[in-house]
Amino acid sequence: MKNVDVVIIGGGPAGLAAAIELYKKGVTDILILEREKKPGGILRQCIHDGFGLTRFGETLSGPEYASRFVRQVEALGIPCRTDTTVLEITPDRKVYASSSEGFLAIQAKAIILAMGCRERTRGAISIPGTRPAGIYTAGVAQAYINLKNKMVGREAVILGSGDIGMIMARRMTLEGAHVLGVYEIQPYPSGLPRNIEQCLNDYHIPLHLSHSVTDIRGVDRLESVVVSQVDDHMNPVPGTEQEIPCDTLILSVGLVPENELTWMAGAQPDESTKGAVVDENYQTSVPGIFAAGNVLHVHDLVDFVSMEAERLADGAARYVREGGLPECRLAVKGDSMACQIVPGRISGKGDVTVAFRVRRPMEECTIELVQGGQVIRRKKMPKALPAEMVEIPLKAEMLNENDDLEVRVVC
Amino acid sequence: MQIYDVTVIGAGVVGCAVARELSRYRLRTLVLEKEQDVACGNSSRNTGMLHAGFTYKPGTLKAECAVEGNREFDQVARELGVPFKRTGKLVAGFTDQDRENILKYKAVGEQNGVEGMRMVDKEEMNRIDPSAGGEFAMYVPSSGILDPMQYTIALAENACRNGAEFRFGQQVTGIIRQDGDAGQTPASGAVPSQNAAGQTPVRSAVPPQDTAAARTPGGQPSSAPAVLYQLHTPTDTFFTRWVINCAGAQASGISAMLGYPDYPVKGFKGEYYVLDKKAGKYLSIPVYPAPNDKGGFSTHATPTIDGNVLVGPDSYVTQELEDYKVTKEHMDGLFADGQKMFRQMKRDYFIRNFSGIRWKRYDPETREILDFMLEADDAHPGTVNLAGIESPGVTCALPLARRAVAKLVEKEHPAPNEAFDPVRPVKKRFFEMTHEEKQQAIAEDPMYGEIVCRCETVTRAEILAAIRNPLGVHTVTGIKNRTRATMGRCQGGYCETRITEMIEEELGLKPEEVRYSKKDSYMFTGKVRV
Repeated sequence: MKNVDVVIIGGGPAGLAAAIELYKKGVTDILILEREKKPGGILRQCIHDGFGLTRFGETLSGPEYASRFVRQVEALGIPCRTDTTVLEITPDRKVYASSSEGFLAIQAKAIILAMGCRERTRGAISIPGTRPAGIYTAGVAQAYINLKNKMVGREAVILGSGDIGMIMARRMTLEGAHVLGVYEIQPYPSGLPRNIEQCLNDYHIPLHLSHSVTDIRGVDRLESVVVSQVDDHMNPVPGTEQEIPCDTLILSVGLVPENELTWMAGAQPDESTKGAVVDENYQTSVPGIFAAGNVLHVHDLVDFVSMEAERLADGAARYVREGGLPECRLAVKGDSMACQIVPGRISGKGDVTVAFRVRRPMEECTIELVQGGQVIRRKKMPKALPAEMVEIPLKAEMLNENDDLEVRVVC
Repeated sequence: MQIYDVTVIGAGVVGCAVARELSRYRLRTLVLEKEQDVACGNSSRNTGMLHAGFTYKPGTLKAECAVEGNREFDQVARELGVPFKRTGKLVAGFTDQDRENILKYKAVGEQNGVEGMRMVDKEEMNRIDPSAGGEFAMYVPSSGILDPMQYTIALAENACRNGAEFRFGQQVTGIIRQDGDAGQTPASGAVPSQNAAGQTPVRSAVPPQDTAAARTPGGQPSSAPAVLYQLHTPTDTFFTRWVINCAGAQASGISAMLGYPDYPVKGFKGEYYVLDKKAGKYLSIPVYPAPNDKGGFSTHATPTIDGNVLVGPDSYVTQELEDYKVTKEHMDGLFADGQKMFRQMKRDYFIRNFSGIRWKRYDPETREILDFMLEADDAHPGTVNLAGIESPGVTCALPLARRAVAKLVEKEHPAPNEAFDPVRPVKKRFFEMTHEEKQQAIAEDPMYGEIVCRCETVTRAEILAAIRNPLGVHTVTGIKNRTRATMGRCQGGYCETRITEMIEEELGLKPEEVRYSKKDSYMFTGKVRV
């Protein structure tokens, strides 16, 4: 069994950023394992621009953004094994992986989980109807068009106003397809405002809120979908059904952190984020196993993914050097309007960035971070959207070491 | 002109079992299937239970075949390399009425020859499976679980290896019977006009002695009348001396084409939820609620052989032969009822939905549900007719096949196929290998090291083997059913792009030629850029 200080699972934006930052902090015995033929993760298929504004102050395409990290990894000489799929990890940090070059067994001092996320599917949201060809998740359609040079259809309906769905509405339009409309079950869009503007409005693609696909028709290839208006409880309103002839249905109905390996190692799950519960060092409940990026909670922007992974490197480097990290006993909780809170535990002794989302769109609200009944940080927000993750950095000196931390959204 | 000795219509589990049993003899066997793969209908649209046979009326063909099929299945599974587990089954009850119904069917089971059934109390239920609901239960040790799709593929591949030929995309739309000493007569009125018009009489093209006795394998003089059937499909005409109807949902139509009755059938449709393997750890044995007084079960949860959980089926009547859509009303119902039987059911576990239909023969006057029909008589020479075959068709497939083939054998006395090998060799799945075995497999074939489907851990070597399947099935769904790739929680999000690419490369197809499942189920309209 080979020994490595840090094994990073996933060579996407989180894994690459963590590797570079760890190296800079003096941890150089690193191995990145990537299942694709090239590093870069999902960015490789995101050929649109808009990446990097926060991290680099300029707008880049996905491959450009990824290449900045890939080049650094190469320059530092950090090994990245591509075409290598991790099959199993254990609580004592053994990593088993498979590639055409052989079966790998590695003992790591620390493991960084950076596997990203996957798309929710038709089955996950139980869309009724038949099962013809022509139904794709947005990311799969994007991979076919941008990486595999295959056109998925000509007359498309898009379900879900997630960012990838809107980007695919534009992409398919540019490739000559006719996008008939984007249908969103919520009364508000789930993607970023800039994508509504640049991907839908600019191309006159209608966005229908409070609507869902309620039937799928066609036996061989998709022939039509039925869309219906939904009520406040997201149930279809009888009498509002409208049949739309189309050959393609694109689903952009949410992302789920991909944590199969995480649970294999026995890490404690967080029901709200669908990722692991981590502490302020991004360490899971299993000592020495860390997680950052979309595997931990789904981010809106890749910039935040990279920055989170860079923050992770601090704790992971300390873990490798010292063989352990101080316990984080204090829980971080949210009120009924705050969800997907990361981290789940803190020590009260260190700096921490608290990330969360509001459950529904709100205007003129105040975020309060409360410890022991005291508001330790207050942030006014003219507008808060579920589509936009809120991040609030806290300094160690603002925190005490005895009380749980609560996130409150006050309207 | 090619003349087959036997043509089986339908490549469902029964048709493939018949083909496999026919391949024990030196017979030129053809299987015609209207879809692009085996088991596209109800053979795969069911719970995957190996039934014990305690709910079927004693003395019926259904009861007889179920018990026989159940008893032999360990050996069948071994021979054909079909994953199978004799889990047993709990039929759980809460009330005195439940107990009464359970005892009624226990007596039926005993009469049918089902062995080992016994009542168990709460304490013993807990020992068998602590997650089972109910106050008491009947434990049926002989019930088991299998993958009906894998089983049908195994039967077909074994038949194929032993000489049977399979043709897909061939829907029989008309049958003409050509008697040895007379001109052609339509076997029924259901002959399409384009085929009926302008036919060359078959007799002049093929002398009877060339079609019957002289071609009878083994050379025994045959007592069978010299009949020849023309089977018309939209693209081809096939000539065959025997026809065996295994058309499942379409069986009544074929039955009528052969001159047998157009049996009235009633469709009992059921919908299912497939749950993530994460839910599988909560369920080790099928737990069924007490049957109603007609022997029917309401919605229940069943573990699958691959570790998922199926919730369903419910039951409602449909008229449309291939009405496989799923509906909101029934999905909602399954979710509500499923939670009662399987407390761990939650939306996070949803992977997929499907439905199947049990087409039961019934008497239009008394409304009574009738037994399986298996018939062959001198009025319809050279035919064996199977109609109204529904649940437990998977359990009964081989027993029915043996009975169907016996009808031919008693007329024809074909010579045995000395090369027949009942064994279908299968490779252990990469997923199931130990670390050492994985290491070994990759060392021998590096393509075992490349994981194509992440959720189900399916390798490039396994996908390639599936694309090169002996039946020549090339759909994405066909690859899925042979390997489990795309069947996991991401439903192909990671691997489908790779699989379509491999199909194109391996078979030299253009993107627009790739098919998802059915004949016209194209996945791509072409290249984005030429």
